[in-house]
Amino acid sequence: MVIYLDNNATTKVDKRVLDEMLPYLEDEYANPSSMYQFSVKSSKAIAQARAQMKDFFGAKSEREVIFTSCGSESANMAIKGVLAANKNKRHIITTKVEHACVLNLYQTLEKQGYEVDYIGVNSSGELDIEELKEKIKPDTALVSIMWANNETGVIFPVKEIADIIKSKNPETKFFVDGVQASGKLDFDLKSTNIDLLGVSGHKFHAPKGIGALYVKSDVIIPPLIVGGHQERGMRAGTENVPYIVGLGVAATLAQDALKYELTEIKRLRDKLETGILKRVFNARLNSSISNRVPNTSNIGFEYIEGELILLHLSDLGICASSGSACTSGSLEPSHVLRAMGVPFTALHGSIRFSLSRYTTEEEIDYTLDKLPGVIDKIVNLSPYQDELNHLRNSK
Amino acid sequence: MWDYSDKVMDHYRNPRNVGKIDDADLIGEAGSLACGDSLKLFIKLKDGIIVDAKFQTFGCGSAVASSSILTEMIIGKSLDEVKNITNKDIADQLGGLPPEKMHCSVMGHEALEDALKKYYGDDYVELNIPEVSDNVICTCFNVTEHQIVEAIEVNGLTTVDEITNYTKAGGACGRCKGAIKKILEKHAPKKETKLSAAQMILKINKVIETVIAPELQKDGGDIELVDIEDNKVFVKLQGRCSSCKNSILTLKSFVETTLQDKVSQDIEVVQV
Repeated sequence: MVIYLDNNATTKVDKRVLDEMLPYLEDEYANPSSMYQFSVKSSKAIAQARAQMKDFFGAKSEREVIFTSCGSESANMAIKGVLAANKNKRHIITTKVEHACVLNLYQTLEKQGYEVDYIGVNSSGELDIEELKEKIKPDTALVSIMWANNETGVIFPVKEIADIIKSKNPETKFFVDGVQASGKLDFDLKSTNIDLLGVSGHKFHAPKGIGALYVKSDVIIPPLIVGGHQERGMRAGTENVPYIVGLGVAATLAQDALKYELTEIKRLRDKLETGILKRVFNARLNSSISNRVPNTSNIGFEYIEGELILLHLSDLGICASSGSACTSGSLEPSHVLRAMGVPFTALHGSIRFSLSRYTTEEEIDYTLDKLPGVIDKIVNLSPYQDELNHLRNSK
Repeated sequence: MWDYSDKVMDHYRNPRNVGKIDDADLIGEAGSLACGDSLKLFIKLKDGIIVDAKFQTFGCGSAVASSSILTEMIIGKSLDEVKNITNKDIADQLGGLPPEKMHCSVMGHEALEDALKKYYGDDYVELNIPEVSDNVICTCFNVTEHQIVEAIEVNGLTTVDEITNYTKAGGACGRCKGAIKKILEKHAPKKETKLSAAQMILKINKVIETVIAPELQKDGGDIELVDIEDNKVFVKLQGRCSSCKNSILTLKSFVETTLQDKVSQDIEVVQV
């Protein structure tokens, strides 16, 4: 039995996605660029997927959609592309809570001489917009902000931020990491000032190994992978037809499921969250309550350690993830929770639960039934019994 | 998911000797809440023998397993006996730990050492380590030069990354990595001095007779040492090995690597 509550890490491939992909892994293997009738179906399939992604992004035109291999490639292409196209500008603004794939790139760029400002968040995980406003200057080439945070689910108001950026410096480009917002929010990019936005298929029930980048039509960037003419020369390499098809189908399904995401998944998430906070005395919510994607909950369990919680949950078939140092292979706990100032009593015992449309009520009930016992068992091991007793009595 | 041994999993699933001893004679502490793991070790003594030990641990699966097995390792032993327990012994008893988790075994050892220091006071003689200061090298995790040198000496560490895995030093901001490198250069295990030709022949012969031949004999084969010329070792595979189509594989992946491991890295094995 697997109760999968780690959908921000990856998701199950939808059967309908797989079914649409399979012909292109079997009989329809033609290279879409070839000049014979056999390749027509492949090239049409890509055109259809591009149209589906256009709708998913809410883009003006299919020409604004570039297929990539993953979210990291989308981000690298956007960021390196904007900087290459604006060589005279040397300033970048991002946040302290971006995904590692983006943060590590900025650290590399700093070593190459770029000036990077990292905007902080408050204890609810919300961005300091005033600080952001002040940092925008004539030299700012790029602002780069995630739409929703992968650890807390907190949504950043990127549409408003886009307007602020353009009013302060119309030449500054705005890249949004849309990976964790995919399928959880309506992008509708044509009505915004967002210039570039990256997504990754496996976060919304497409397979791993496929992503896309939205580049607004008036934004010119060079390709990251240079070679053939594919993707109008913007991304060389023979198109990954089956995966592109899968991404398109998954995008359409995600749009169809958006209402379900915002109502039913949110209801299950809230049930899980309020249930845990009610039943477990040392649990605390690590984010704002309201301003979040509907599937994510990050809860800190004080005076106990996250990996041990995950190991015991795993023994019960429950999959979640932790911001604990021990699980990451690094020795430091989550940079996101630290930026929020989560107290160190809860930092190492923080668990993220993330749901999907496959999550059932029974799974949530089972988790609520089992989790308090797990926490109890680990609490008994803790050297901080006095502090725990104090918490228990004050609740 | 970490590749934990069955024993590690058994111990974090069913930790032994959990709790505190109210009238403990010794309490050893290591780690801290802020650093992400900590351990409190309670020891009850009778006539210099540890008659009971309990622990409380804040930490991951391997931290709990290290604490749990440590209590099993020390109960019934005299203080003089447990003085010799190293972090490596703890890890070995657990059937090994993932490299990134070795610091958990170090924490177990530190708590034991803390308790022993309280008992022996100034008379406590730490592991035979040359004069090393207690200066804090890593301020993020509060790791001293002494702790780093001890980890190097006990575990034969040779890289900065290994030291981070064992002590956490250098694992956060990384600013102390230069200092760690200097300590490493000073204390890293010395390379063996070059063997004389006669010593080399004796050693190769011994390894073949006591390690390699018995393994091959298990499969109905055998090996004969024919000659040694500089770093070239000429051998003849016998019995079933001589007709085995995998004999080249046996020669290179078993005979040669064993000799390289036990005698000298530059040995080349040649079949005659």
